[in-house]
Amino acid sequence: MRVARRSVLPGFGPALGFTLTYLGLIVLIPVATLFVRSSDLGWHAFWHTVTAPRVVASYRLSFGAALAAALINSVFGVLAAWVLTRYRFPGRRLMDALVDLPFALPTAVAGIALTTLYAPGGWVGSRLAPLGIEVAYAPVGVVLALTFIGLPFVVRTVQPVLQDLELELEEAAASLGASRWQTVRRVLLPALAPALLTGFALSFARAIGEYGSVVFISGNMPFRTEVAPLLIMTKLEQFDYAGGAAIAVVMLVSSFALLLAINLLQWAGRRRAAG
Amino acid sequence: MRRLVPLALMVAGGLAARTAGRGHRPGLAPVTLLNVSYDPTRALYQDVNAAFAAYWKGRTGQDVTILQSHGGSGKQARSVIDGLRADVVTLALAYDVDALEDRGFVARGWQGRLPGNSAPYTSAVVLLVRKGNPKRIRDWDDLVRPGVAVITPNPKTSGGARWNYLAAWGYALGRWNGDETRAREFVARLYRNVPVLDSGARGAMTTFAERGIGDALVAWESEALLAVKQLGRGKFEIVYPSRSILAEPPVAVVDKVVDHRGTRAVAQAYVDFLYSEQGQDIAGRNFYRPRSPAAAARYAAQFPGLELFTIDEMFGGWRKAQAVHFADGGVFDQIYQPGRA
Repeated sequence: MRVARRSVLPGFGPALGFTLTYLGLIVLIPVATLFVRSSDLGWHAFWHTVTAPRVVASYRLSFGAALAAALINSVFGVLAAWVLTRYRFPGRRLMDALVDLPFALPTAVAGIALTTLYAPGGWVGSRLAPLGIEVAYAPVGVVLALTFIGLPFVVRTVQPVLQDLELELEEAAASLGASRWQTVRRVLLPALAPALLTGFALSFARAIGEYGSVVFISGNMPFRTEVAPLLIMTKLEQFDYAGGAAIAVVMLVSSFALLLAINLLQWAGRRRAAG
Repeated sequence: MRRLVPLALMVAGGLAARTAGRGHRPGLAPVTLLNVSYDPTRALYQDVNAAFAAYWKGRTGQDVTILQSHGGSGKQARSVIDGLRADVVTLALAYDVDALEDRGFVARGWQGRLPGNSAPYTSAVVLLVRKGNPKRIRDWDDLVRPGVAVITPNPKTSGGARWNYLAAWGYALGRWNGDETRAREFVARLYRNVPVLDSGARGAMTTFAERGIGDALVAWESEALLAVKQLGRGKFEIVYPSRSILAEPPVAVVDKVVDHRGTRAVAQAYVDFLYSEQGQDIAGRNFYRPRSPAAAARYAAQFPGLELFTIDEMFGGWRKAQAVHFADGGVFDQIYQPGRA
């Protein structure tokens, strides 16, 4: 690949230097500090900290609930994006703006609002309670909060692709005798897949580390509704910086591995599409 | 990770200082103090700061502005460790000031420098129940009955909740003549009745008062009085248990910071002011038990007599209590271990 192409930016060298400095200051140095802090522990203590049964239970909840939330968002986010791009109806712009709300709202506010609604005495919770459905103070509540904060990621990544997708493609498929399902599966989904995968990954990644909204709705019961970030907080509360950093490192490494896997999947998909 | 808790700095007392007129002695430049405190002391320190600014102006002619920062007690201590330049800390428990001591911010033996274990005002751990006390909760024993739901925050994340836990433990120790096994069983049963472990005391209050969850809230008397008098007039009642713990929220001058900033004199005067009759009266008005007999007498109707034990006599101090009960793998963690009593 040729590097020295004419470009609006003042050359490759300064731009790359700036990017590296910027990434270093904002991302790499803080992350490296985590590794340094956790190395205070020594390998044995590190392993002991990150594999304690309670900590393992919290990974399961954090990653499991984040996965569930991202999957829910992938289905309903695409649906929302579809409705917003393909139909014209009164209130559409308002609805479009509403999608961004979870970005802007402080997560604590979201958590408190959801808890108010879904607590056993709340507006929705009091109707679910007789059916034996617990949302607030149960793992379902964690999924709910994570779904809330992750929704815009899927909608906003899928929407532009849907907008660019020409209607003629669907018409062509239909005129060639494809059923509705075949059109969706053979024409729409392959075009949407890269964007959807990105949206899924963003929503998933955002949910794994979520703390602010979850602590209010989860009830924070050990082994049941404790998310990993909460355990980091409890370590810090004992001034155990190394222990907190150790859990953070595990979350960081596993999130990074997952995101890398998703990126590779996309890359493979693009190559297949191109080849 | 945590986007919440932007440092809520509030200028209080600044107004009072301003209206008192510009300094007559030109030699004294205006000074600013930062008081890093825990969550529910906002109203208390607004009053204290206004009064202290007027007092200091009268005594020295210098304008003083006190900034307040509030948050969870442990988080606030960590902010100071990480470099927040607090002249004074006023926290929920001595353990958090001990952490500052260990890192050289506060001199060794800080707790003996001020009277009353460096706690100018105190509180007690009490029970808040719903109007009419429908579950007839009279004492700690009633909290372990089946079918009673108890709200108390998570002692691992909330300093205030650690006092609650120790209150129950100390009661049980007294009841079974120091039998640790019985005490552990009692506290384990109590926590089995806790449906939600909020991360902080204010969150637990919200769960109990706003969401209507639970039959009893274990809380500091100062918070319970606030709930009864302001939050939900006529919706709650305070139940005084037969025995409880004396909560001693400590204050300390942060030596490292005041020596660096040259604010020792005014910072020391500020913490001393808390012990003055005026400071004690402000504490009483804000529902904290004053140490001074005169102020205590004035607020006697608000604070019923109650058998109170201290953390030092019952648990041998905070460091020990923290290590035994709240450290990772400690008693609190053990009672949540699946398959154990």
